[in-house]
Amino acid sequence: MDFINAIVVLTNFTIIPALAYGSQLALGAIFVTLIYAVLRFANFATGDMMSFGTMFAVLLTYYFQSIGLGLGFLPTALLTIPFAIIMMILYMLLIDKFVFSYYRIKKSPPVQFAMVSVGVMFVTQAIIRIIIGPSDRRFLDGEKFILKATEFKEMTGLNEGLTLKSTQAITIVVTLIIVSIMFWFLNKTKTGTSMRAYSDNEDLALLSGIDPKRVVLITWVIAGVLATVGGILYGLDKSYRPFVYFNNMLPIFAAAIVGGIGNPFGAFLGGYVIAFAEILITYAYKRFIAYLVPESMEPDSLMQLLSTDYKFAVSFSILVIVLLIRPSGIFKGKTI
Amino acid sequence: MRKYSNIIAAYSIMLVLILLVGIFQSWSIALTILNYCLISAVMTIGANIQWGYAGLINFGIMGYTALGGLAVVLVSVDPVQQAWQAGGLNILICFWIIVVMVVLIRYLLKYFNKSKYRTYGIAFVIIGGILLLRLTATPGIEAIEAVDPAKTGFLGGMGLPVLFSWIGGAFLAGGLAFIVGKIALGLRADYLAIATLLIAEIVVSIIKHEEWLARGVKNVIGLKRPAPYEIDLQTSQWFINLVEKFHSKKLSMINSITERQDALSQFVIDASSVYVKLCFTGLFLSVVIVLLIVTQKALYSPWGRKMRAIRDNEEAASAMGKNIVKEHLFIFILGSAIVGIAGAMMVTNDGLFTPGSYRPMRYTFVIWVMVIVGGTGNNFGAILGGFVVWFLWVEAAPMALFLINLFTSHLPETNSVRVHLIESAPYFRFLVIGIGLLTIMRYRPKGILPEKIEIK
Repeated sequence: MDFINAIVVLTNFTIIPALAYGSQLALGAIFVTLIYAVLRFANFATGDMMSFGTMFAVLLTYYFQSIGLGLGFLPTALLTIPFAIIMMILYMLLIDKFVFSYYRIKKSPPVQFAMVSVGVMFVTQAIIRIIIGPSDRRFLDGEKFILKATEFKEMTGLNEGLTLKSTQAITIVVTLIIVSIMFWFLNKTKTGTSMRAYSDNEDLALLSGIDPKRVVLITWVIAGVLATVGGILYGLDKSYRPFVYFNNMLPIFAAAIVGGIGNPFGAFLGGYVIAFAEILITYAYKRFIAYLVPESMEPDSLMQLLSTDYKFAVSFSILVIVLLIRPSGIFKGKTI
Repeated sequence: MRKYSNIIAAYSIMLVLILLVGIFQSWSIALTILNYCLISAVMTIGANIQWGYAGLINFGIMGYTALGGLAVVLVSVDPVQQAWQAGGLNILICFWIIVVMVVLIRYLLKYFNKSKYRTYGIAFVIIGGILLLRLTATPGIEAIEAVDPAKTGFLGGMGLPVLFSWIGGAFLAGGLAFIVGKIALGLRADYLAIATLLIAEIVVSIIKHEEWLARGVKNVIGLKRPAPYEIDLQTSQWFINLVEKFHSKKLSMINSITERQDALSQFVIDASSVYVKLCFTGLFLSVVIVLLIVTQKALYSPWGRKMRAIRDNEEAASAMGKNIVKEHLFIFILGSAIVGIAGAMMVTNDGLFTPGSYRPMRYTFVIWVMVIVGGTGNNFGAILGGFVVWFLWVEAAPMALFLINLFTSHLPETNSVRVHLIESAPYFRFLVIGIGLLTIMRYRPKGILPEKIEIK
């Protein structure tokens, strides 16, 4: 019984949150990696683009709530996803037309692209803050929990409760759907193949009659979907605050590089690697161990490897270690 | 003279702008802006050495600035004797454990061939060392943080004059740059950018959360100053006489004696803050001028030529027998050390160390915008960039407010759009900086004052 209790503690406090957080990171990381593979630059505006999409979801959620439109026990924000995605894609295409395309045609070095994306980051941040302001917003409605701790305790008779928030379940399910559709698209359809070819070798792809404009367009469309959905899921699970989204760019970059930048599958797993590492290393194992060892050996301290203050630092350290030992990432990077 | 006309024109415009702020807002604000412009200029000189001279992209400026700030605390604050007695020994032992770990790992790397056992050995040293560190450090840290936590709760510094901390900042930042350079300089440009950004985040989070070191997010206030205090000035006779002389015309217009006395004391209070800021301006200006002369000399020296050769064509420079790895590391350390000086200068100017305020937006990206806008590879350009961008960063909000009021003046006071826009005026600074950067990169990719290299 103690053993099951220990497992439940671990699942409740580490595995489920890490799966949800990892899914959010994974979507962002695939977005980064896709831009890196096809358009060939590190997009420093990642966090703010995700924030931009989420902003529309927040505003539309408020609007739908005011006219009484909703999905019952599901959050209203799910209804707003298509509209937010459309706005996001329009914004991205606008940015691409006025900013990035010029440097793409000139074949500028990646560093210049990165600097340009810093400019885009500033502008996007300004637009977001002017429209919605910098404050913290919660836009979750509907049923909050799928499984409550007390219900679980009654059901199983265990000492420890297991909670499953609806946002966590939604995050994991939606991520799996989006990611599987995307991999199917990239690997099985003709357009997906042409994108992979373009990413692999631009000149050869052009020679075989692939239209670069189309490839770029489709990349931004997929990127828009990933960014918006990732941002909305994060906002539902925690809350929406522009500054936090900007900071999230850093673990997302870490996830993309750990998985091998340019490799979507690597980025997908990288998200989970980073999330699990952050949560497992900063979790206090006292209660978990207390169930496993006899009472006399119960630990006094929290049994925490690092304090939660260093949550971000953990993911960055992993990144530094990966860069040192295997700069191409866990999976070989650069081709989609 | 002709070839300097651009530079002179650009700097005169900048000077006039600051003077205008002085006339329309207040001289105190103008001097604050000028001081921050000068600090930004030091940072851009550092970043420009790395990016302009050598083509190294360093997004970790925030980390070096924070270390410079930390140096002010570690050098100038008086030591807390009680804390040293409580846990100083543990911290010193920890320091030696780290030294022993590094030496051991170096020994393993040097005298054993690459094998599975060597890797296990290194892993063993690291894990064992960390366990040992935690065992020794935890009681010490707890003891130190328990010493009067509202006021101290940290080890304090060395109690030296604050100007020494500027050198200390350079050394700390240079030391970090040495480690980072050893780890990351082999990476491709954009990987290097991301890696340095993340390492800087790690450094800042350590400074934030290790309270025994510099009180972390609890901040250190009341740092020493290399300039007199306003309170002392306001009570010293020579200063009051000086102010009286300066304002004698205005004062003589006032007839009543009590009113004249009130006016004089008001003038003295204003003048004391201006005087203190002028002292800082003088100090900062001399640092900027010294750095400018040194970097300008370096740019035209054989060393500068070598760096440009490496930047423009690594393979060719390597074939000519230049050691690229070593040169990159050297210039990385040099640039970071200068940024460290700037960090120390900033904390000295503020008189307080707030680790929570170090954010990548303000201390990395804005500095990069300064370098790009001003002119990469040109020291005069980089400094100008520091001035222009900092000026815009500070003055964008008032200007936006003015424009919003102008364009919405036909709307009623309570109009929701107008109220919303006025509330969001501070965020127009991001818009101004972003659009400025994009425009410069598109139409003048080499910056306002581009790099001009003449062969002498």
